[in-house]
Amino acid sequence: MIGIIGGRVFDPMNGINGTIQDIWIKGGKIVSQEEVDPQKARRIDASGQVVMPGGVDLHSHISGAKANAGRKLCPEDSRRLIRARTGFFRSGSGYTVPSTHLTGYLYAEMGYTTVMEAASAPLVARHTHEELQDIPIIDKGVLITMGNNHFIMKCIQNGEMEKARDYVAWLLEASKGFGIKIVNPGGVENWKYGKNVQNLEDEVIGFGVTPRRILSALARIREELKLPHPPHIHGLSLGRSGNADITVETIKSMEGIDAHFCHIQFMSYGGKPGEFPKSAAVKVAQAVTENPHITVDVGQVLFGPATTMTSDAPFEFSLSRKIGAKWVNNDLESESGGGVVPLTYKRNDPVHSTMWSIGLELFLLIEDPWRVYLTTDHPNAGPFSGYPEVIRMLMDRDFRAQEFEKIHKKAMKNSILPELNREYTLNEIAIITRAGPAKRLGLKNKGHLGVGADADITVYANLENKAEMFAHPAWVIKDGEVVVRDGKLIREQLGRTLYVSPSYEKAIEKDIRAHFDNSYTVSFENYPIAPEHIGPSEKLTCD
Amino acid sequence: MTLQNRNGDKEASPITLRLKEPTSIPIEADTVSPDHFIGRSLKDIAALPVYFGRRKRNLGDVFHIEGEESDQVIVEGDLAHVKKIGYGMTRGRIVIRGNVGQHTGACMRGGEIIVEGHVADRAGIHMEGGRLWIKGNAGHLLGAAYPGERRGVNRGVIIVEGNVGSETGAFMRRGLIVVMGDTGEFVGARMIAGSVFVFGHLGKRAGAGMKRGSIVAFGACEPLLPTYRFESVFQPVFIRVFVNRLRQWGLPVNIERTEGLFRRYSGDITALGKGEILIYDSNE
Repeated sequence: MIGIIGGRVFDPMNGINGTIQDIWIKGGKIVSQEEVDPQKARRIDASGQVVMPGGVDLHSHISGAKANAGRKLCPEDSRRLIRARTGFFRSGSGYTVPSTHLTGYLYAEMGYTTVMEAASAPLVARHTHEELQDIPIIDKGVLITMGNNHFIMKCIQNGEMEKARDYVAWLLEASKGFGIKIVNPGGVENWKYGKNVQNLEDEVIGFGVTPRRILSALARIREELKLPHPPHIHGLSLGRSGNADITVETIKSMEGIDAHFCHIQFMSYGGKPGEFPKSAAVKVAQAVTENPHITVDVGQVLFGPATTMTSDAPFEFSLSRKIGAKWVNNDLESESGGGVVPLTYKRNDPVHSTMWSIGLELFLLIEDPWRVYLTTDHPNAGPFSGYPEVIRMLMDRDFRAQEFEKIHKKAMKNSILPELNREYTLNEIAIITRAGPAKRLGLKNKGHLGVGADADITVYANLENKAEMFAHPAWVIKDGEVVVRDGKLIREQLGRTLYVSPSYEKAIEKDIRAHFDNSYTVSFENYPIAPEHIGPSEKLTCD
Repeated sequence: MTLQNRNGDKEASPITLRLKEPTSIPIEADTVSPDHFIGRSLKDIAALPVYFGRRKRNLGDVFHIEGEESDQVIVEGDLAHVKKIGYGMTRGRIVIRGNVGQHTGACMRGGEIIVEGHVADRAGIHMEGGRLWIKGNAGHLLGAAYPGERRGVNRGVIIVEGNVGSETGAFMRRGLIVVMGDTGEFVGARMIAGSVFVFGHLGKRAGAGMKRGSIVAFGACEPLLPTYRFESVFQPVFIRVFVNRLRQWGLPVNIERTEGLFRRYSGDITALGKGEILIYDSNE
């Protein structure tokens, strides 16, 4: 039993905005005061401090084949951050792609308690889960890439939507996934022929479907299966000048169906293809505002080293040619592809500076904080350890102006950032880092401090320097246990893997078995992951 | 012993570290550097951390330490398993009496290290300034880059009076490496700029993937890579300037060779192709 006494509580989901309240914890859950014996409870004095739910990150590449390819490709990255073993805690290394245990430690020390691995092909989900089990403290889940899946595209081509729906349900159960991820629909398949898709009407080679049909089919399937999280979409033409038009078109193509667009900063470039990118943040922010069923996360660029890793294999190829960097390409049979390219974002690079300011413009232009979430698309635009710095830029106009002075002149000329005077409040920060993502992921017990919620709580000292404040929380409580005290880890425990398992027609297995016999290198029997294989877990209901 | 500073003034007696007993356990001694010793009493120095295998020890557990506060350091004993001496140092001088282990002078930014024996691999890796003078032989990856890095040595001078291993000066960005003896393979591989002078035998595949920079072979040389193109025979002036300075430092450089003709090959044409390999032309 723990009582957090006298803190200023920010719990936007329950409409609590900075009122002084006590929070009581019992058995890993938040309970009402009547249920605890205040004499026996351990009391944490939070007077003058800020109490928020534990942070929720809905888009971060922390494990699986891509993260490992990044580690292997970039041995230099593990020289940038090295942590020695201390007492009970393990050693680790890696700045942009930290090793497994270090990832858990760093997230917890920053006050984050739930993280969603942003993409894993179902074929390599076993590996992803094995690595997730080695990431302590935080709860996590995996989004499963489906935008270039042969079976789904074949079903769409033949108009067999029920079959596609059952297959998606089977696939989520087999891979113990949390939701549907769509990466460059059709483009990754076309990349296997050295091509890509340029717009929503381009044909996917060999399937006769279009990106538009894949997107709308998977969005409808999600509705029918009642999955907690809507399709998580990484659209077309990522990172290309002039892609804002196609982003707006994709947003509109959802036609009122729920969808989440990730790292929208990479998709908000104006200008002509092949030329210098201009900010199209205004256009994209307007489209997001006009379509209330759409949410976005930003993917804010942080200056310094990053490792780009995505299932969007053709993008990684063109990036590696553009900057002359090392490159890994990955082919995932009939499911997906992928690539990894290391990259350093520099202030004195006009393109990188423009990307940096577009991210901030999006944060400030999208007025509803419930529909824009804080991410750096870790480690694509920068490591997650940079979140506190982003929070400071959002909350502190003067600091933002200072940072703006340091970027490239050419990027300054194109930016509307100096005209945006908005400053995020603590309540809005609580929304974009916790309540919003938790709500969008459909996690009923996370992102708030109401009775019955998981006791994942972060207490921050209320400092003037918000970067400092959010980097080193005074207390972090996970499942009712104090894991971090004054920014330092004091306890290691296992987190849970969150997954869904929607129901489906068992007859589909016959078709899937035939598909495996025809086109897979693994047998049907060896493919599904058993629940006991993923360690401590929590199955979410679909209703 | 007393050391003299640049003006010839006598200075306070240096800090002397003597390894207590020879060991085959690797010792990570990146705290052995004037930067860590300045402003510390002998007692504080003895309390600095050092890794003995996987165990954290104090410097005083591993070395006998004596002397006065000084930025002059002498290290003695069988140091073949002592690594990272002078890691990241910016000032002062370290004299190493005997053979020394890996990473000696890695990432150093100033000051001077003099090794009176041989050094193991990765000496002067990622150096950014200062001078590393090795009287014996050096191992592989002298003045190169750590795995995965795209830029290695950036400023500074490395002088080896003996022979060196493979990949000397790989990924070098700026600076000078002088080898009086023979070299292994891949000297200046993927070099971006800078100079490597080899007075002995230049090994195979020198300058593979080189973008810019100069490799100068004063002695014999293996056949170059086919991606190097013969350009001309000439008398480069810059070599004389460099060699004058090396002679001032007391290196026994044969002055005749420096004033002879050199054959210039440019490459590596699979990379940028602005690099050069100059080979002393003995048939003039």
